[in-house]
Amino acid sequence: MSDSVLHVPRDQLIETVSRLRSEGYVSAMDVTAVDYLEHPVRGDLSDEITAERFELVVTLISYEARTRIRLRVQVPADDPVVPTLFDLYPGTEALEREVADMFGIIFEGHPDPTRILMPPDWQGHPLRKDFSVGCIPVQFKATR
Amino acid sequence: MNSSPVISDAVVSPGDVSRDITSDVASDAAVRCREQSAVLRIGEDDGERLEAEASANDTTMIMNMGPQHPSTHGVLRLMLEMEGETVLRSKPVIGYLHTGMEKTAETLTYLQGPTNVTRMDYAAPLFGELAFSLATEALLGLDLPPRAIWIRMLMCELNRISSHLLFQATNGMDIGAVSMMIYGWREREETLRLLETITGLRMNHNYIRPGGVAADLPDGWRDEVLGLIDKLPARLEEFDALLTGQPIYRERLQGVGVINSAECLALGVTGPILRSTGYAWDLRRDMPYLAYEKLDFDVVVGTYGDCFDRYAIRLNEIRESIRIVAQILDQMPAGDYRVQDKKVTPPPRVRIDESMEALIHHFKIFTEGFKVPAGEVYAAVESPRGELGCYMVSDGSGVPYRMHIRGPSFVNLQTLPHLMRGGMIADAVAVISSVDPIMGEVDR
Repeated sequence: MSDSVLHVPRDQLIETVSRLRSEGYVSAMDVTAVDYLEHPVRGDLSDEITAERFELVVTLISYEARTRIRLRVQVPADDPVVPTLFDLYPGTEALEREVADMFGIIFEGHPDPTRILMPPDWQGHPLRKDFSVGCIPVQFKATR
Repeated sequence: MNSSPVISDAVVSPGDVSRDITSDVASDAAVRCREQSAVLRIGEDDGERLEAEASANDTTMIMNMGPQHPSTHGVLRLMLEMEGETVLRSKPVIGYLHTGMEKTAETLTYLQGPTNVTRMDYAAPLFGELAFSLATEALLGLDLPPRAIWIRMLMCELNRISSHLLFQATNGMDIGAVSMMIYGWREREETLRLLETITGLRMNHNYIRPGGVAADLPDGWRDEVLGLIDKLPARLEEFDALLTGQPIYRERLQGVGVINSAECLALGVTGPILRSTGYAWDLRRDMPYLAYEKLDFDVVVGTYGDCFDRYAIRLNEIRESIRIVAQILDQMPAGDYRVQDKKVTPPPRVRIDESMEALIHHFKIFTEGFKVPAGEVYAAVESPRGELGCYMVSDGSGVPYRMHIRGPSFVNLQTLPHLMRGGMIADAVAVISSVDPIMGEVDR
């Protein structure tokens, strides 16, 4: 359970992940994100890293070494764009679509940047902290 | 048609069988998965439009399967590009069961959390509870008493049996072996009855909770469990007689929906699908949690990565789980079934009647919940479908700041276009069935 954690700047993500993949992290287990809107101060970030609103969390696994590594990428709210990992791990396609759907983070170069869980015409991104529960008018196509 | 192994050879790994996939091979597979373009990448509403635009001599058509189709295991919708009866590209469309459970989790305390995650993979609810509890306990830094750990293993293995029995039932039904559905369901119901005796509920147990389990094993549990594991092996033999050797059944499954190890790694696939390709990876053995390192069991692997191997693996995993349960019966330690940490554990029921402080303590734990130190953690368990991970972020309050479940069904579903490509539409049903997706976990 003590996975190693790596903080990666956004522009070095692809480079870092390709290096890790050549070191034996052959599979991407998980891609998710956290919206730190209400909890901006995080004790586990070092001083060199500027905390941003969104954090992309990528979990890779090495079957050879039997370890997982977790990459944490800071993504600013005014420019929520990260490069896609699809070219390295095709299995991240659905996971990235989910993050894009739920957080509004755009994956540059993703082959199918459509909504995956919410309806295609849904407004907003449900897992953002400023998207409240229960205050959204129900959206039905038929009533329009 | 491949010549697939008979069940007795769909074997059990002696030790480290092939885990020699280098990253080069994996990256070739990555390229292949991308270039092969098995995935139909069009919008959910575009099927009709494309269909209308297609010229008269166009030989392909877009067909829609589901979301209300008996063979799609709930509400899975598939957009299939067909040429005659052959499937070319396809796209699974999901989200019909999306109820925002990860959002809901941000409003529930850590004690209420398991009631939420247990409804994700409703065929194997205890694994969701386990991943959630392990993540919470990692943040809390709790060490569980041995009995709690062993009860958790017992319950999880019983749940794995019931989940795989459900697979046997639905797989048989999808292929057309309808009598199998009745038998699989009957055996599963007996397993669920046992779970009900112990947890009080057939499904959605809310039994494994942060700090241990909800209640100790009831009187007479040992005889009930023994009764079940005595009964099951003979029933599994019947399954073998009914399905494994049956020519029609084998014709329908052998060589259908083939995938190899490198493609599985590229797609992030885990569980029986990965093991069906001969890749021996099981978190219980390779990255042990709970006390699995103290148990003797085999990891079942296949050879051809086809639907038949996935069927055989699940059938044999039931046998392995029975073996594990028998060992747990012998080694079940005595002691507490939950951690004696006043911050996390409510007082015993009898104390509430005699002590005001105990009443207040009880009330506070179940209303406010307990506070969990700030931090983030990823905990993973081997569910019947693969790696079930729980990523949890705490901001130091009584509710998770973010709770994410990495559902194996969600990731495994991406193999569907690759498994179906070039096959017949009738085989598509066999493929969906062999991936064994649970839509509650896919959509969350």
